[in-house]
Amino acid sequence: MTAVLYTDDAVLLDFAADVGSEGAVAIEGARTRWGLGGPLEESARLLAAPSGIVEYVPEEMIVTVRAGTTVADLHAELAERGQWTALPERGGTVGGAVAVGQNDFRKPARGELRSAVLQVRYVSSEGKIVSGGGPTVKNVSGFDIPRLITGSLGTLGCIAEVILRTNPIPAVERWFRADGADPFALQRVLLDPGAILWDGTSTTIQLAGHGVDVEADIALLADHGQFAEVEAPAAPTGHRWSMTPAELRNLPTAGLDAFIAEVGVGIVHASSPQPKPPLSASVQLVHERMKAEFDPTNRLNPGRVVGVR
Amino acid sequence: MSIIERVRRTISGPESSGDPLLDELRAALSEDRVKIDGAQRSLLGKDASVFDGGNSGPICYPTTTDEVVAIMKIAESHDRAVVPRGAGTGLAGGAIPLGAPVVIAVTKMNQILEIDEDNGIAWVEPGVINLDLTRHLTPLGYHFAPDPSSQQVCTIGGNVANNSGGPHCLAYGVTNSHVVALEVVTASGDVLMLGGLDAEPDGYDLRGVFVGSEGTLGITTKVAVRLTRNRPAVRTLLLSFSNTRDAANTVSGVVAAGIVPAAMEVMDQRITVAVENYVNAGYPTDAGAVLLAEVDGPEAGIDIDAERIRQIGLDNNATDVRLAGSEEERAALWKGRKTAFGAVAQIAPDYYLHDTVVPRSKLADVLDEIYEIADRHDVLVMNVFHAGDGNLHPLLIFDGREPGVLDRIHAAGGDIITASLDAGGVLSGEHGIGVEKQKYMDRLFTPDDLDHQNRLRRAFDPVCRANPGKVLPMGHSCADIQQLRSVPAEVWG
Ligand SMILES: Cc1cc2nc3c(=O)[nH]c(=O)nc-3n(C[C@H](O)[C@H](O)[C@H](O)COP(=O)(O)OP(=O)(O)OC[C@H]3O[C@@H](n4cnc5c(N)ncnc54)[C@H](O)[C@@H]3O)c2cc1C
Repeated sequence: MTAVLYTDDAVLLDFAADVGSEGAVAIEGARTRWGLGGPLEESARLLAAPSGIVEYVPEEMIVTVRAGTTVADLHAELAERGQWTALPERGGTVGGAVAVGQNDFRKPARGELRSAVLQVRYVSSEGKIVSGGGPTVKNVSGFDIPRLITGSLGTLGCIAEVILRTNPIPAVERWFRADGADPFALQRVLLDPGAILWDGTSTTIQLAGHGVDVEADIALLADHGQFAEVEAPAAPTGHRWSMTPAELRNLPTAGLDAFIAEVGVGIVHASSPQPKPPLSASVQLVHERMKAEFDPTNRLNPGRVVGVR
Repeated sequence: MSIIERVRRTISGPESSGDPLLDELRAALSEDRVKIDGAQRSLLGKDASVFDGGNSGPICYPTTTDEVVAIMKIAESHDRAVVPRGAGTGLAGGAIPLGAPVVIAVTKMNQILEIDEDNGIAWVEPGVINLDLTRHLTPLGYHFAPDPSSQQVCTIGGNVANNSGGPHCLAYGVTNSHVVALEVVTASGDVLMLGGLDAEPDGYDLRGVFVGSEGTLGITTKVAVRLTRNRPAVRTLLLSFSNTRDAANTVSGVVAAGIVPAAMEVMDQRITVAVENYVNAGYPTDAGAVLLAEVDGPEAGIDIDAERIRQIGLDNNATDVRLAGSEEERAALWKGRKTAFGAVAQIAPDYYLHDTVVPRSKLADVLDEIYEIADRHDVLVMNVFHAGDGNLHPLLIFDGREPGVLDRIHAAGGDIITASLDAGGVLSGEHGIGVEKQKYMDRLFTPDDLDHQNRLRRAFDPVCRANPGKVLPMGHSCADIQQLRSVPAEVWG
């Protein structure tokens, strides 16, 4: 196995030909986050990315997967070998999840999506297949193209295939809920909670790991409230706010109708969009240059701007 | 300087040196924080790599972001490149000044500014020493997870620039996972705040891209590092084997079993003997190879993974498995591991520490090949490496006074790269590309891939004035060549 410089995967080559080098294009995943970044220009041709798991090496904890594969299909395959990835499970495709760059609502348990993308292959604005990163879990060979493409909302390249790091699924995962328990105190007490969700009244906690560790954590919970075991909650919906972990303490007085906060992380799921300041002028300048460098003719996902919710 | 002269200077400010660049830099900082003497320039012309020193222009020691901005603007107006520098422990030649640039050494920007436990971060200046930060955090129950072997001297700014790793980055991730925000100054003097303390900062991930960019996108002036909580329980296992193959197979067996230990480090017999002679850490000198494996976490389940690792070791012919019985024993073992590079100084005065990554299942085969390569080129190799993530560190040991030896070392280095790439690996796991591996970049990337890396770079620094001549092979960054050529051939040239 030599590092493959030029892909000979006919499926990817066909995709590159479809993207071509002229005319506005956008990649359509499962449309679970279609509105992000603002409205797409109407002239854009819609394309689907190729799908399928190309190679899964559980012993190396890596999987090569085409962008159009659904996260559900990917995770079903990995689960057979006791693994999963940091990609959020909410009905979308792998390429969509990488392009959007948002974490699962159980981020402490699942890991950070942006650290999970080891290699990315995408079709450039010029219609060429470009690769960045590499197949190993550790790699500082050159500039970090995977981190640039992750979260770029398809505005810099059309994601065709990625190599993702996989993680072992913990032996035990259980959920507990109590009203009135202080989620911030619990965050300090518990070493590795899988998730702490808080709606201002009730606190819902995922405990994950070895069975004995989870039992020990359950004993700790008892000091903080009347916790009862519950079914795993569905992924929260609504508008996504990005706050600092410390700011979450002020949520009850922030004037929101309803919210679910990811304590320790800083994500808040709310019914209204987050008001947010524009990027600073100096960062905006680098953004514009980046877009102009990667997509000089502004044909990739035109109309969409990264950061517009 | 005579007393009269000194008094005159205090009254009238620094005397003109006759060089406008130097005069402007001194006016912006202070006379004593802009150096141009031969000793300084020769010292800062190199880093810890085996590569020839470069030629620095004035060396600046700023203490504030504003001073860094001023330096960038002055350098720009004189069309001079800039090279950021931390402690100079880099091993890929990243801090070597090429083309008489203005060198910006951040060692005087060394304050820990704020510890923000509610947000789980600390704001630090780039010149803070890695281990000083962790020592500072220890009483609060935290540490900074990346722990390069050079952590007693290397800077956080250097860690960010090289996306450095260390033994304990196996479970916790390398520097990029431990930096949430960065204040940086670009070569044109713009101050950017990248990333943020909020969960998912807006825009392209410029923070993620800046980490590991080896000083070519600008200079880091402030860093928000993540605080990692100290783990209540830890188990450190020392497994002995009769050969490196069994040790390597144990490592891939552990990974395949779905265990992600905090650390898994392998040392071959040659380095183990050197370490024992040096610090007497308690390693068995009769073993063909040893594996230092550490698991940490909550107390209740800590022995489960430790026991599984022991069993996998025995299944792979471990001749002995020892559990560190006390904190002293554990500390001694880690001291041995971390002073390995110091230990080789007793054997020969020079070493070339190589750095590639291979799939973990290929470790044993590639190691065998590395011993053959060393024999073929008649050089001595020792292996001590971050086995858990497949990160090889062949240590080529030599005496630089021996005629022709460096040629053999570089030839062996080239073959090690070929062997690693052929096994499906990559060029560098933590030292970066610098000037060391530029010429191999086209073995891992196509011209289009490299063109896109160059575009990323230009978005930050359109004329490539920040640390030119590094990372990308010359043909792919014409602006680099231009920049290097545009240096005036006078005073410092
Ligand atoms: C004995 C020994 C052991 C080592 N072990 C490890 C190890 O285990 N893991 C590992 O990853 N590395 C290791 N290294 C390599 C080295 O220590 C790291 O790369 C370290 O992070 C470099 O930090 P520094 O402050 O010395 O940076 P320097 O060598 O001064 O600079 C390195 C690069 O960073 C850039 N830079 C420095 N400061 C800034 C800044 N503020 N802003 C922008 N760019 C900047 C420079 O331009 C240069 O390209 C080792 C080195 C030695 C000598």
